[in-house]
Amino acid sequence: MSDGLAIGLGYLSVSFSFGIMAVTSGLAWWQAVLISLTNLTSAGQVAGVGIMSASGGLIEMAIAQFVINIRYSLMGISLSQKTDESMNFPARLISSFFITDEIFGVAVTKEKVGFRYMAGLGFYPVIGWTTGTLLGAVLGNIMPPFVTNSLAIGIYGMFVAIVLPVCRRSKIVAGVSTLSVLLAVVFRYVPFLHDNVSSGFAIIICAVIAAVAGAVITPAREEDVKENVKEEADG
Amino acid sequence: MDNRIYLPLLAVSALTTYLIRALPFTLFRKKITNRYIKAFFYYIPYSVLSAMTFPAILYSTESLISAAAGAVTAIALAYKGKNLLIVAIGTCAASFLVSLIELLLR
Repeated sequence: MSDGLAIGLGYLSVSFSFGIMAVTSGLAWWQAVLISLTNLTSAGQVAGVGIMSASGGLIEMAIAQFVINIRYSLMGISLSQKTDESMNFPARLISSFFITDEIFGVAVTKEKVGFRYMAGLGFYPVIGWTTGTLLGAVLGNIMPPFVTNSLAIGIYGMFVAIVLPVCRRSKIVAGVSTLSVLLAVVFRYVPFLHDNVSSGFAIIICAVIAAVAGAVITPAREEDVKENVKEEADG
Repeated sequence: MDNRIYLPLLAVSALTTYLIRALPFTLFRKKITNRYIKAFFYYIPYSVLSAMTFPAILYSTESLISAAAGAVTAIALAYKGKNLLIVAIGTCAASFLVSLIELLLR
């Protein structure tokens, strides 16, 4: 539980930015809160709000969430090798909801992972993530636009803070990240692409091309993957 | 936002995200050994966040100038290795100050 408290406090601030960003994108406060309560992930939710405000398609939403959150599959596979006998089928169904970067990062350091541990670990993060979104969404509705816009940019600042330190340590991540941005710039500024490819799909295409290029050039080592999971700070 | 748009998209988003977490955790027992697939999984969070942040960050505030101020601050603070919260607050503060100046000059 105490491990979860630290994660929950961190989530409170990140989801505050998400709440503001969601209401400035045209969502009602309860719609923003419901997204956080049912999704429990930051990058996926930001992309999801973008697709919602553009009235995007259901398939676009499914593919976007699949690509952005596919790392949770890997974490789930990794965690499934550490579970004890208390992790029966229903316990797994409940526990899997709590698989986020931070919760995984803490859980994976344990020798054995039981249901009570996972449920306890997930409790505060869910509360923190939902409450932060509520506070951000409500305050976002009260404050004038130039203030909320200044706060909505915060979530992008956090994304920069996640990626840039890893880029400094790893040239290949820096390359992957740069390629991804260059492709995103092309999708944004080439009129034909900007008019015909929605922002959700553009992110998917850019990210997959860049990650595949990185994987082909330098297949990651086991240590990199572990390091990544610890460093990653995400919902 | 209109619930006829919002609710189906919410359902798809929540369901997809849940299944991605639940299916491997409940069903999968083998270990992935393919280096290329592992590498792909390792790079994808960074490529997603990168494509999502730039150039979108430049259009996230009232004006390009205040957004650029926020972006430059974010890069500078993150480069110095400041933690997430400090970077986020700095990004907001920089773009807020520039917005305020713009508002006063208008």
